[in-house]
Amino acid sequence: MKRYSVFAIAREAMRHHTGWERAWASPEPKANYDVIIIGAGGHGLATAYYLGKNFGITNVAVIEKGWLGGGNTGRNTTIIRSNYLQDPSAAIYDKALKLYENLSQDLNYNVMFSPRGLLMLAQTHHEVRGYLRTVHANNLQGVATEWIEPAKVKEIVPIINIDGPRYPVLGALWQRRGGTARHDAVAWGYARACSDMGMHILQKTEVTGVRQENGAVTGVETSRGFIGTKKLGIVVAGHSGQVAGMAGFRLPLEAVALQALVSEPIKPCMDVVVMANTVHGYMSQSDKGEMVIGGGTDSFNNFTQRGSFHHIEETLRALVETFPMISRLKMLRQWGGIVDMTGDRSPIISKTPLGNCFINCGWGTGGFKAIPGSGWAMAELMARGHAPLAAEFGLDRFREGRFIDESVAAGVAH
Amino acid sequence: MSTRLSSGGRLIDRARTVEYSFNGKRLRGFKGDTLASALLASDQMLVGRSFKYHRPRGIVASGAEEPNALVGLGTGARFEPNQRMTTTELFDGLSSASQNHWPSLEYDVGVLNNAVAKFLPAGFYYKTFIHPRAAWKHVFEPVIRQSAGLGRVPKERDADRYEYFYAHCDLLVVGGGIAGLQAALVAGAAGARVLVLEQTAHWGGRAPVDGVEIDGKPAEAWIKASVQALEKMSNVMLRRRTMASGVYDHGYVLADEKVADHTPGDGRPRHRLWRIRAGRIVTATGAIERPLAFAGNDIPGVMLASAVRDYVVNWAVSPGDRTVVVTNNDDAYRTALALKAAGLQVPAVVDARDRADGALPQAARAAGIRVLTGSAIAKAHGGKRLSGVAICAQGGEGNAVTEEIPCEAVAMSGGWSPVVHLYSHCGGKLSWDEAHAMFRPDAARPPTGADGTGFVFAAGAANGALYVQDVLGDATKATIAALQAAGVAEVETVVPAVKAEVEAPMIPIWVMPQGAGPDLRMKMWLDYQNDVKVSDVQLAAREGYESVEHTKRYTTLGMATDQGKLSNINGLAVLSNALNAPIPEVGTTTFRPPYTPVTIGALAGEARGEIFQPLRRTAIHDWHEAHGVEWEPVGHWRRPYCYKNGAEIASAAVNREVLAVRERVGLLDASTLGKILVKGPDAGRFLDMLYTNMMSNLKPGKCRYGLMCSENGFLMDDGVVARIDEETWLCHTTSGGADRIHGWMEDWLQCEWWDWKVYTANLTEQYTQIAVVGPKARAVLEKLGGIEVSGEEFKFMEWREGTLGGLPARIFRISFSGELSYEIATPAGHGRALWDALLKAGEEFGITPYGTEALHVMRAEKGFIMIGDESDGTVIPQDLNLNWAISKKKEDFLGKRGQERSYLADPGRWKLVGLETLDGTVLPDGAYAVADGFNANGQRNTQGRITSTYWSPTLRKGIAMALVHRGPERMGEVLEFPKPDGSSVKAKICDPVFYDKDGEKQNV
Repeated sequence: MKRYSVFAIAREAMRHHTGWERAWASPEPKANYDVIIIGAGGHGLATAYYLGKNFGITNVAVIEKGWLGGGNTGRNTTIIRSNYLQDPSAAIYDKALKLYENLSQDLNYNVMFSPRGLLMLAQTHHEVRGYLRTVHANNLQGVATEWIEPAKVKEIVPIINIDGPRYPVLGALWQRRGGTARHDAVAWGYARACSDMGMHILQKTEVTGVRQENGAVTGVETSRGFIGTKKLGIVVAGHSGQVAGMAGFRLPLEAVALQALVSEPIKPCMDVVVMANTVHGYMSQSDKGEMVIGGGTDSFNNFTQRGSFHHIEETLRALVETFPMISRLKMLRQWGGIVDMTGDRSPIISKTPLGNCFINCGWGTGGFKAIPGSGWAMAELMARGHAPLAAEFGLDRFREGRFIDESVAAGVAH
Repeated sequence: MSTRLSSGGRLIDRARTVEYSFNGKRLRGFKGDTLASALLASDQMLVGRSFKYHRPRGIVASGAEEPNALVGLGTGARFEPNQRMTTTELFDGLSSASQNHWPSLEYDVGVLNNAVAKFLPAGFYYKTFIHPRAAWKHVFEPVIRQSAGLGRVPKERDADRYEYFYAHCDLLVVGGGIAGLQAALVAGAAGARVLVLEQTAHWGGRAPVDGVEIDGKPAEAWIKASVQALEKMSNVMLRRRTMASGVYDHGYVLADEKVADHTPGDGRPRHRLWRIRAGRIVTATGAIERPLAFAGNDIPGVMLASAVRDYVVNWAVSPGDRTVVVTNNDDAYRTALALKAAGLQVPAVVDARDRADGALPQAARAAGIRVLTGSAIAKAHGGKRLSGVAICAQGGEGNAVTEEIPCEAVAMSGGWSPVVHLYSHCGGKLSWDEAHAMFRPDAARPPTGADGTGFVFAAGAANGALYVQDVLGDATKATIAALQAAGVAEVETVVPAVKAEVEAPMIPIWVMPQGAGPDLRMKMWLDYQNDVKVSDVQLAAREGYESVEHTKRYTTLGMATDQGKLSNINGLAVLSNALNAPIPEVGTTTFRPPYTPVTIGALAGEARGEIFQPLRRTAIHDWHEAHGVEWEPVGHWRRPYCYKNGAEIASAAVNREVLAVRERVGLLDASTLGKILVKGPDAGRFLDMLYTNMMSNLKPGKCRYGLMCSENGFLMDDGVVARIDEETWLCHTTSGGADRIHGWMEDWLQCEWWDWKVYTANLTEQYTQIAVVGPKARAVLEKLGGIEVSGEEFKFMEWREGTLGGLPARIFRISFSGELSYEIATPAGHGRALWDALLKAGEEFGITPYGTEALHVMRAEKGFIMIGDESDGTVIPQDLNLNWAISKKKEDFLGKRGQERSYLADPGRWKLVGLETLDGTVLPDGAYAVADGFNANGQRNTQGRITSTYWSPTLRKGIAMALVHRGPERMGEVLEFPKPDGSSVKAKICDPVFYDKDGEKQNV
């Protein structure tokens, strides 16, 4: 792989950029792989990448029904944070954050990780107490967060209205290391690195069945024929239930639409991410200048990648109230993604009833921020059969009642 | 230079001059002008700078598809960035400023980017700025952010207001061109309720500009007659300046009406957001012309042929004395003819086709216009304005220039694309039309509604009927289909004849000239606003970003504020050529709402400030307000946190209130408490399933404290249940939980136990509820007189109904403080009178109103749990030592099986205890008790956490409640609670009941 750098750009500029290689190859499938990952989203590609990088397993295929990074990886609001309340969550999200901090260098692909800081506003006394608790918990988890007063909030976010009148800002949970990254670049960077290790990314290849013998997977039926494997990882977010169904087991998941939108671009006006859970909305500004806005999920199940418009209205009402200056901006584009929600709103990184089949799903509304940590843990689980970061996220927890419930810290979509 | 023609202009009123300003320059236009037409008439060719390279840009289009001509409009609280000049109607005093340049439009430092453009191809930022790590955040990103972005940031709170409007119709017609009007005429005559929306201020669309004859008359006359006919129909509603922005499931359509954009500050709402439920939708949204990709096609002066025609015919604006027309189709000849008719020069029509023998080219030749077939523009010359074009053969590489033609404007046409956005928003599919090189709606795969049939029907040019002769017939056909789908069987139609020149076929031209080398391709703009060139799309394809979505995201093609209206198909074609795959196989990106950007304020509607969310007020709200209240938001309510006497600080007020209750008597407005009536033959059985304890065996006249759990076993809500009569129970919930619990009850009754005879009513707002609490509570009630409240007659956990001080009352003898306590409910209309009467009666006993914080302190002193404090969705009643409230007899209740799961039944769970600090101070809220060591992920082990912590004025020390690993077995043990600042506090485990352990006070 030719490395990306300013020198490479200068070299290519002299020959009309004709010398750039493909970012990832487009190979024909082999008959067999050591590992097949279904799903070339961020989590699937990161799993493949760390299988190769950490465990030397490179005879890997990542199979994708559509185009890589085309699911929730490419349609989220790019927020990265690790200020979670429960220990297992804080551990994996903070691992992800640490990996994000060096991801551009690690992948030699600028994923534009921007640790600009993240605020979660407290607008009820109950939220104040919830975030005070989170600060204590994070302190013991090694995650630096702090509670800040309204005046400091205003200093960090000059465009915010902290005086209500309906829900004055009472303070905020502040994570300096939180921020955003360029979502597509995360998928593309991992894909390029995987391809460089000789892994096969098979786009436009739909898995139609999972073949098994004696309680183990032998391979997958696809739109390009049967492909054998020694181990299978299912990392398909919204469609996890369907693929697990092919493998013959059920998951405690439901799929709902989550929406987001962007405004037209304007010059820089907000250099942090702000989340307002009481009024349901969050906002950041992209490098292009668009205000990137997200809100709530639909309360019914569907797969349309659209969503009910009243959520957009609710979110914008909340944000106009919080940031009055956005009233005269215009909504440029709205879209939806299908998120896979578990009963406790925490993910599943787990073994399955099939000995050599593993599953990573249930990231719900907050998966993007977890991508590197999720891939790291999933790779370790698949390679070794055990991963400390994944230990608490097993499927068994639903049978045992051992939930990891973050609702106290984040009542809405995150 | 571009100027105003001395005559003509069908949309302007030369008698009415309008004064406006651009970049501080005071200018004049006419009523009926758009900002774009007025500026062109004033020779303002340069109107903005592009996003990435800051290249000089001029007006390209005449409508919503305009990519370049964006301004900051208005000032102060009416300032709006990124307004399209082409859709901005001119009004007196309009103030506008161009964007994205420094220090000025004419001289922009950012143009340096253009000088080094070859180092900044698509996606260059993914390949660089990687080292050193810190530089991205601190150096590169801030520079990129400052250089990107478009308009200035609005600084002030929006001075305008917005409103929602709701409409229902059988047929929604989107678009008021001739297709839309014909659709409305057909549907209106059939008796359907019809709503017609037109995004501009004018009916008729392009037909009058194109010189079409309808029914033997000029199009203009037919349009006027049609609009008049429609206005007379009571079942038809017409709206101009209203843009249908999105189609959603089940025929839901949003539209944005620009009520007062052209009359700012006239008192009307600025926009009105239409929320429409349409039985069926006809999209008569027309088509948009495509630019041609030749080198220098972004120089100010290069415009769409249709736009040039619009400016000449509609606004009498000459784009320049000499306009070269470049085309791959016949329609653009209409522009040449219109220019000629206006007395302007057309040095040549450059036609990429080898032959141009149709009626229109012949007419052009007859008018003395030179037609160069098989030709192309090799390159357009100029900087801030066009100076000329170099002509070459379309078939070659562009090196052999046959001719240089000086000119001020180029009118280009690459063919037309139907506006299919609304058809596609909700899942409608498109098919590729090879003949016209365009995607058109596939009538066999429309978006489908609840009944599985299609609900959007494209009509006219939006359906691919590009030749105007076909438009009315196509619109009629679409309307009949829509009406029939809506159940209107009888439709009579008249299709007027349309006369226009017959057009010869176009040929697709995606790159001009065909074999252009890299130097030319680097100057061929596809997406003007985002600065995406042919070479960028080709680079993306070469690098493996082969999916059309990858290409879009990698190059940012089509992601600008014009949403790719001009660039998408051209970009797609370039990609398909690069991939050597047919266009339909490459496919389009997803069409997302809105069709054109919608003001966020309009989407938010009227819900701003005080009415952002409805504020719920108890009957006593105003009294609180007048008596030093400090409010606490609780759901949509506000509850008094405490009442401050003068300069008193909140904590002092809370202490005073607690002591007043403990020593004398206090008064609490408990009206926000949820009150849900549950009634019916199966009500007892229902409540037995909902609560963990038994409610069916409660005797009328009695109260019982109950707990509700989720199916997973976790505590959701608590409250006192009173049995009113044999079939009726009144369930009190927490204030924040009332609506949720009512919904929860209905969920079970409607979805699971639908055959149980139970109904529920949320009476929360129907009653005022006032708690009279403290040793003197009985004396206060006795003084008012009415219901007998003696200890013998009216025992703890009972309720009585009657009057109190002459007011109707239902009194519950229950206590959340440990004191003698009566909660009095009265119909809300009497609430304030009861409050006043109680205050008066209590005066001699020193009665003191108290707020939620005193309530919390007292319940904590007494060891009572609070939902949301001791519970957080992960706690089961057993954790809170509430086993006594969990029935052992009942076969089932919600949460029972959940609580039997191994992790929840584990004796090692964290359980409720009290805590006392060793030094009497107050423990920090939310702190965790640490245990030895670290877990496998390097996190400090913990063994408990504080759930509530207060200063107890009664006990004069800090008290707390906590969940601690095997807590109740560890009385007296000392735990350590670290603080984020590195220090820590130590506290001893104790009984959580700090006050009146035996309950003597509440039982007197």
